[in-house]
Amino acid sequence: MAFNHRNLIDITEYSADDLMLMLRTAERFRSVNERRVKKLPTLRGYTVVNMFNEPSTRTRSSFEIAEKRLSCDTLNFGGSSTSTVKGESLTDTVRTLCSYKIDLIVVRDKHAGVPRKVADVSGVHVIDAGDGKHQHPTQALLDLYTIWQKFGHIEGLNVGIVGDINHSRVCGSLIPALRTLGAHVTIVAPATLRPARPEVLGVEHATARLDEALPDLDVVYMLRIQRERLEGAPYPSLREYNMLYGLTEEREKLMRPDAIVCHPGPINRGVELDSFMADHPERSAILDQVYAGVLVRMAAMYLLLGGSDDGLTA
Amino acid sequence: MALLLRNARFIDPQVGLDEVCDMLIRDGRIVEVGHDLDMPKGVERDLSGKVVVPGLVDIHVHLRDPGYEYKEDIASGTRAAAHGGFTDICCMANTRPVVDDGAIVSYIVQRAKEVGKCRVHVAGACTKGLKGETLAEMGDMVARGAVAFTDDGRGVQGAGMMRRAMDYAAQFDRVVMSHCQDEDIVGAGQVNEGVASTRLGLQGWPAAGEEIQIQRDIEIARLTGCPLHIQHLTTAHGIDIVRRAKAEGIAVTCEVTPHHMFLTEDDIGDDYNTNLKVNPPLRTKEDAQALIDAVADGTVDCIVTDHAPHADFEKDREFEEAPFGMTGIETSLGLVLTHLVRPGIISWNRMIELMAVNPRAILRLEPVRFEPGSVADLTVIDPDVGWTVSCDDFLSKANNSGFIGAELTGRATDVYVAGYSTMEDGAIIESH
Repeated sequence: MAFNHRNLIDITEYSADDLMLMLRTAERFRSVNERRVKKLPTLRGYTVVNMFNEPSTRTRSSFEIAEKRLSCDTLNFGGSSTSTVKGESLTDTVRTLCSYKIDLIVVRDKHAGVPRKVADVSGVHVIDAGDGKHQHPTQALLDLYTIWQKFGHIEGLNVGIVGDINHSRVCGSLIPALRTLGAHVTIVAPATLRPARPEVLGVEHATARLDEALPDLDVVYMLRIQRERLEGAPYPSLREYNMLYGLTEEREKLMRPDAIVCHPGPINRGVELDSFMADHPERSAILDQVYAGVLVRMAAMYLLLGGSDDGLTA
Repeated sequence: MALLLRNARFIDPQVGLDEVCDMLIRDGRIVEVGHDLDMPKGVERDLSGKVVVPGLVDIHVHLRDPGYEYKEDIASGTRAAAHGGFTDICCMANTRPVVDDGAIVSYIVQRAKEVGKCRVHVAGACTKGLKGETLAEMGDMVARGAVAFTDDGRGVQGAGMMRRAMDYAAQFDRVVMSHCQDEDIVGAGQVNEGVASTRLGLQGWPAAGEEIQIQRDIEIARLTGCPLHIQHLTTAHGIDIVRRAKAEGIAVTCEVTPHHMFLTEDDIGDDYNTNLKVNPPLRTKEDAQALIDAVADGTVDCIVTDHAPHADFEKDREFEEAPFGMTGIETSLGLVLTHLVRPGIISWNRMIELMAVNPRAILRLEPVRFEPGSVADLTVIDPDVGWTVSCDDFLSKANNSGFIGAELTGRATDVYVAGYSTMEDGAIIESH
């Protein structure tokens, strides 16, 4: 199967075959991660820059683990040391990095569209590790992987995404990818938390009533609510948010017997997710998602840097 | 000095003229328009195949001078204007310092006389510093030549402040021009709220954020009697609001830009081209079509460019960090000829009303009419020449056009201001 992508930036450029190749490749990396020496020489000699222009702990850690397990040389660039803080333009920063003769840049930025610009300026491979409110394709891949592992398939599943869709880069990638693989997508949120035209992303059904949506869902995907700011907040209080949109022990009774709960983390316990649900031994897939993150990021780097479907030697 | 222009197609709807003939000009004024004119001595030019129209006027231009001369200055901006076929422009007040008192108006007027290549009319601010708090010294600015008032770039946020500005401006017989943007709704909006904001993950700039203030300012015009001009109108519903107000007899006029007619939100691709980041934002194709319909049916009074030059390094940024605005003064005529006149959507007469007659009337400027005695401000157009929009061709300091690479047909070749050429055969004339 031909995989001819240079970058992982816009997941809508990936066909169903491309996405499934990613997931199958991730699956083949699973065994590596479960033995004592968790390392492959596959990407030895490649240099990967983790360019994190906004704070990130989980995504960055996951990429770093994936890179180490594939034996790349890595450079962590960003945080308070970013040149942009000193007034350097993004273009100049990327050109500087390229002068080090690097092979792949993993980009996280608070501004939408930055990974594409980094790719255009650098000419090297780019993985979008989250850009503004736009996309977060590796998060989508790890979600797809988790769902695929739980159900054995993705086509035909009913996935409900609950919460702040409007500010979610996860949704910008996950919703179109789910549709590409034949799942159905419902969003559950008040209009204050919805994008202007959810159907552009591929949303088939939008509702504000969680209780009505829950009984139909195979996957209940809870988004993290931003609790930092209150002025201009799109909901009156965390208490009311939990009342209307929180996945509580009470609401668990409305779920299908085999339905699972996903969350991109970090969780606000007692807000969007009660501990009963977050820690639910059968339903909660949250830690499976975190693990899947390492697998799909290994797969993405492996495939982008020229690995082929059948060249994988574990 | 005498000038005889021969064998051009002279068009002026104000006097019902549209024929191939000659025009004799002396001492900056038209002496005669007719056939086989004679001139004892002077300069004679054969303009066979060309169209001559009353000098084009763009009443919405950012010259950036004083304060942001690295983006554009009066010398470069007026050369760009002449290159685009304009004899007159009106510059906006959001300079540094803001044009909010007479001294700054005088600076621009004087500087334009010294280094300019077209007539420069100055719009003063409605409020000091564009802050929306206190009235700017409109009387002093009028005394120094200001032709209109506007807080363009931001808009007057408070309805009470806008009412005071219009009440006060009314005594000077000057139009108040309104940049309609309700900051409370628009916030940090980047692109049209809808498909573009959802697809690109950018904060939306909703149509309602513009329409609310269009309606508000029409009500204030009704209340105060001050003439109102709605700037860079972009939405179908906004056009309907103006259309209804005009039918009621309220003194309201409006303008649209080529970029809001000929580009849409769909043109902003995943390369996040910051040259397409404009304020108000590019809207839907239905909105763009409504603007074109309103240009054709007479609802829109004039076409302006909102020429908004920025340095390359300012636009070469993250989309959300890049400034709003695109240049336009060198592409406007070509776009209008290519997309409106050639396909027959509007006539030459209508184009002249939109780009020469009405803009002068809105600013209370002396009319330019193709009849004896009128000032000889003329634009000569080659209607058939094909050209490609390219940064290399711009005389503006800036390159932030949204139309780079566009194939256009028709452009200005010569421009005369008071009988003197500012451009001949596409080249700026630096001295006489």
